[in-house]
Amino acid sequence: MSTIWVVETNAHIMDKHTVISRATPGAAAAPNMAAEGVARSDAQASNSAANRKLYKSRVPIYPKEAEGLYRSIKWAMMAVTLSIYYLVPWLRWDRGAAAPGQAVLVDLERQRLYFFFIEIWPQEVYYITGLLILAAVALFLINALFGRLWCGYSCPQTVWTDLFIWVETKIEGDRGARIRLAAAPWSVSKVAKRVSKHAVWLAFSVATGGAWVFYFSDAPTLLHQLVTGTAGLGTYAAIAGLTFTTYTLGGLMREQVCTYMCPWPRIQAAMTDNDALGVTYRRDRGEPRGPHRKGESWDGRGSCIDCNQCVAVCPMGIDIRDGAQLECINCGLCIDACDDVMRRIGQPTGLIAFDTDANIGRRERGEPARYRFVRPRTVLYGAVLVLVSGILLLTFTNRHSLDLDVMRDRNPDHVTLTDGGVRNAYTLKVMNRSNQARTLRLEVSGLKARAVTAIGIGPVEGGLPVRVEADRIRTLRVLVTVARDDLAASRSVTFTLADGAESRATTTAFVTGEKP
Amino acid sequence: MSKKEIDDVTGTQTTGHEWDGIKELDTPMPKWWLGLFYLCIVWAIGYWVLYPAWPGITGYTRGLLNHSLRDEVTANVTALKQARAGQEAALGKASLAEIQRNPDLLQFAMAQGRMLFGDNCVPCHGAGGQGAPGYPNLNDDVWLWGGTLADIQHTITVGVRADHPGTRQSQMPTFGRDGILKEQQVDDLAAYVLHLSGRDANPRAVDRAKVLFTENCAACHGPGGKGSREMGAPDLTDNETLYGSSLAAVRDQIWNGHNGVMPSWSGRLTPEEIKALAVYVHNLGGGD
Repeated sequence: MSTIWVVETNAHIMDKHTVISRATPGAAAAPNMAAEGVARSDAQASNSAANRKLYKSRVPIYPKEAEGLYRSIKWAMMAVTLSIYYLVPWLRWDRGAAAPGQAVLVDLERQRLYFFFIEIWPQEVYYITGLLILAAVALFLINALFGRLWCGYSCPQTVWTDLFIWVETKIEGDRGARIRLAAAPWSVSKVAKRVSKHAVWLAFSVATGGAWVFYFSDAPTLLHQLVTGTAGLGTYAAIAGLTFTTYTLGGLMREQVCTYMCPWPRIQAAMTDNDALGVTYRRDRGEPRGPHRKGESWDGRGSCIDCNQCVAVCPMGIDIRDGAQLECINCGLCIDACDDVMRRIGQPTGLIAFDTDANIGRRERGEPARYRFVRPRTVLYGAVLVLVSGILLLTFTNRHSLDLDVMRDRNPDHVTLTDGGVRNAYTLKVMNRSNQARTLRLEVSGLKARAVTAIGIGPVEGGLPVRVEADRIRTLRVLVTVARDDLAASRSVTFTLADGAESRATTTAFVTGEKP
Repeated sequence: MSKKEIDDVTGTQTTGHEWDGIKELDTPMPKWWLGLFYLCIVWAIGYWVLYPAWPGITGYTRGLLNHSLRDEVTANVTALKQARAGQEAALGKASLAEIQRNPDLLQFAMAQGRMLFGDNCVPCHGAGGQGAPGYPNLNDDVWLWGGTLADIQHTITVGVRADHPGTRQSQMPTFGRDGILKEQQVDDLAAYVLHLSGRDANPRAVDRAKVLFTENCAACHGPGGKGSREMGAPDLTDNETLYGSSLAAVRDQIWNGHNGVMPSWSGRLTPEEIKALAVYVHNLGGGD
């Protein structure tokens, strides 16, 4: 039995092999027409189950430049996102003399995060957490509504790959020219084209790494240092590292990053449902597919003329007609390519469109298509978005320019004195987030203290003035002593800091060592 | 080696090994992996040439860069010392009281002191200076040898019962072990010490011990048991006891006379470091 099976498998492999060799670019000398005026592309899906092997070299992808609505949106998104990335470090924002004048700055040295009128301290990192939660939930919501729009339009990997493919197209020509160039023997012109392509890629990569470091230091100063060679070694190393990753990921690895390295395709596979829109080949309308001759009837056949233009434009190198796939980044370029062909052969557009597999089933059963944007999961994601934004906004608007953290000594947690009195020690962190120095009055209440002393400053009784410089933290150590007879009534202590404008109080335990 | 064997199903060459009819495919490794592998080899060769790598009989290959972690540490320590030199000198010149009043100097002394305390004092006195049985708590107001800045500085410098010629010296006799007092007398004295700190004790034992205390203990601890800082004799009337406050612990101390030792730190720490340490310990909260 097994022998026969093996023979069959062999036959199958050989058959497939001949199919592949027939379809190689060199053999397509005689143009193969899909329909009147539409050439049949010999593009093949790089991930098709028939050609899949465990180990093999990457199948090079030469995406054809598409034209249409989605391509225009993609160009616009590229322009917007790249502009934000490159230009934002150069925006200025006046914060007075005590703070940097760059609008968006991650000041690692002084541990501050500046974003226009917002200044975040390390103690407030929960704002970053909140923003990350918002970003994740927004991603889930968009995914539930329209599929992987993030992947197709705004992911840096997509944007830079798109940019690098654009460079490649400008230098080496469109798909056909690039395939011919790849197959051509080495010549002066081929070397020139390849060298200039990689040089431009590297230039963009250096600019990418170069722009990144401006977010962490005053941009004009750093640019001057970079040009004069006086910037720190770490800065050059960061630029070199990002140059390497940009060049490798955007120029050389491209779609492999999305397919093999990125976790999001897997997450989205788990989060998508039957009603989430995705770039879909409407096989109910397209099948059975096949080349169409002029004047031939469209009866009894589908609208797909098997021109493979959808495969040719795909930056992921897949065939959308194989159905929903892990590799698909939902960029919609195949929609542009297909709509263009449909117009040329006089068929309605939308053979490939943002749709769902469920709707294909409905249409096949003669039911109307249904688009449900309001579903439990979209409502839930929306609610979480509103809730988290609300919390963030609420805490942010109630933010103080003065803060007080009190940490009680835990080792020893209390000290018993010879007369039976008890002393606790507290470390106070006074945070002045305003841009001017302020003198605050420290008061201690909530217990009957025999003595309250700020080490190195003096007694606190009756209010102790504490000066804190602008945008700084001052640390104080305060000792609170309670006489033996007052221990029973002393369980907690309140530290209050106030000036004319603001007041902050923190209450914490006073440990006596006795059971309450 | 026999001829290459190709697996029918996968079309991949096998390793030629067979275990109970099972053969292993010799699947080629991914190219990027191989590339990294060769890159690592090249990297390793470069490393051998540039850095210390190969052990010899009496030494090792130094490498062209002449790199040495020991030199790096020495350079770092020197750089650190230079960076601190200014404040260190200021610390040396200032009196203890001046340090306490100057916020910058105080901050430097406290930072230095915290580090020095962690390196040298924590094993006995505890991470927070909270002490342990036999090792004084440095946070409270009990100071056997005085709790002013100058007293603390001196104690750190000369130690207690240490090898320094001017060390703090006191001796609790071993009344029981050496047979100076009888067992009954030691028991009575222990009750008396409890009585001194205001706790319940057998009144008849206390009565019996009155004369014993005057004859044997009052010379150092004072007639009322208030102790003496000049002698380093503890106050027996408070609730703080170095070796435990239970009747058994007090009796044990009279019987065996534990005399703990604190090392002298002069010679191990610089005078500036001892100053910083004194300020730190004083500011733990218990300083007089």
